[in-house]
Amino acid sequence: MSATSATSKNKQNKLMKFLNSKKVVPYVFVSPFILSFLVLTLYPTIQAFIMSFQRILPGQVTFVGMSNYDRIFNPTFYKALQNTTVYMILTVFILVTVPILLAIFLDSKLTKFKTIFRSALFIPSLTSVIVAGVIFRLVFAESDTAVANQVLGFFGVDAVNWRYNSWSAMFLMVTLASWRWMGVNVLYFLAGLQNIPKELYESAEIDGANVFQKFKNITLPFLKPIIIFVSTISIIAGFRMFEESYVFWETSSPGNIGLTLVGYLYQQGIQQNDMGFGAAIGVVILIIIFVVSLIQLLLTGAFKRSDM
Amino acid sequence: MYKNLKVYKWIINLSLTIVCLIALFPLISLIISSFRPSSELIRRGITFNVNISEFSLSNYNYIFVQAPEYWQWYMNSLIISGLTIVLSLFFSSIVGYALAVYNFKGRNLIFLFVLFIIMVPFEILMLPLYQLMVDLQLINTYTSIMLPLIVAPIAVFFFRQYALGLPKELMDAARIDGCTEYGIFFRIMMPLMLPSFAAMAILQGLTSWNNFLWPLLVVRSNDMFTLPIGLASLLTPYGNNYDILIAGSVMTVIPIVILFIFFQRYFVAGLTTGGVKG
Repeated sequence: MSATSATSKNKQNKLMKFLNSKKVVPYVFVSPFILSFLVLTLYPTIQAFIMSFQRILPGQVTFVGMSNYDRIFNPTFYKALQNTTVYMILTVFILVTVPILLAIFLDSKLTKFKTIFRSALFIPSLTSVIVAGVIFRLVFAESDTAVANQVLGFFGVDAVNWRYNSWSAMFLMVTLASWRWMGVNVLYFLAGLQNIPKELYESAEIDGANVFQKFKNITLPFLKPIIIFVSTISIIAGFRMFEESYVFWETSSPGNIGLTLVGYLYQQGIQQNDMGFGAAIGVVILIIIFVVSLIQLLLTGAFKRSDM
Repeated sequence: MYKNLKVYKWIINLSLTIVCLIALFPLISLIISSFRPSSELIRRGITFNVNISEFSLSNYNYIFVQAPEYWQWYMNSLIISGLTIVLSLFFSSIVGYALAVYNFKGRNLIFLFVLFIIMVPFEILMLPLYQLMVDLQLINTYTSIMLPLIVAPIAVFFFRQYALGLPKELMDAARIDGCTEYGIFFRIMMPLMLPSFAAMAILQGLTSWNNFLWPLLVVRSNDMFTLPIGLASLLTPYGNNYDILIAGSVMTVIPIVILFIFFQRYFVAGLTTGGVKG
């Protein structure tokens, strides 16, 4: 009896020693990641490509070659692609230029109440997109007593049916996204500005440089890595957009004025239960994101070592 | 020159004030509107001409007395966010920590995978993952809602960056004293990493609290809805549920804003994680 307990104790000790050796410990620590990587990323990634060549019905999966991809390039897809691209370009432009300007203002020694301004700008990013949608639907309601139409009325412009025009639909989505993410991007640029040595501005002033020359020759070059970073995440977020459209029209907007690529994926893959086709749309989105990010990084010279 | 400065000062402060008022306007108007009768809210939208004499607590009264489903959603969201924070912080921190302090075969490859997951858009994995959940019969469970957030690559990355700055001499000292490697992490290094835990708790908590697309796929029944899914389910073309929607929205977002006021530093660190440079 005592002999067996001794050997089991010995075994336990050996196991403890094994688990505690510096060779094994790191693998114990990273094992949850490896497991989740295999099951929740690698498997679905491969599966996404496989599914895109299949027709998937309950209990019956058939290989259909390129037929899903042949079906993709239809007018609805092009409408979704167009909406998504316009949305992406507008959000990237607004969410880079305006935050830079605001960050410069916030960084200025002439500014009072810096913390209050910074927090006020940041608070919208705490809002869930659904809550934001509830508010925006009421602010941009059809009634001419709603705030947006009241403002237009003040300038003598007729009330707009915000959710039913192509241009105003885009305006709603871009405004909602800009409102939510402005403050976060301001913080990125603010951090960048604080890295610029103040002596540079002082010596530029001695040389007689004006505000715009200082901005162009000192501020912008220093902010370049952050501009690249922010525009990269905005491009990717732009192509992934779904919720900003969902909160205004769920999944069907009049004339597809709010349809996005991911919205099309959801519509086909989940609502129509055409998983193979949905997976093919996903693969196309992935390729688009990859190509556009690559072009953007090449154009901005992010791959040149000296810039980073 | 001096006069110029004064003009600049005015321009800067005035424009910042205006921008901040615009930024805060939606939330302030949400709170004010939550006291208006919901029928009037549907008819007139959020408006500048509010009639203060109509203000009442009827929306809140309705939600507290007649909308038990809203509190079910609230409980679901609280439980899911809480569990996500605890589990994802535990798993992400040990991975990030190991990547930072140990030298082992395959370390760089694993770190590359971390970056890879950050880059892959979730929307691509969504359908296969959804099918996996169906196959595993996990649809409409807390597990399926939380699963994609449990080992968060962005948190792994953040913890790694933070752990790189930890004093390694402490580890050797602890080893000499007979501390196990696990003891070193839980007793010595983890307490040193607390600020990073705070930042990641906020990032993961907020992501989970506001998560929408994935729960929309895997949640089926009303009693499993999270707050965003539940609120969105009321946004129908025929909906006249603005009493729940508007008061419910206030109670979804205001606790977060209050937390933000107390823990601003960690919110900022957590939500700007993407900006951490390697």
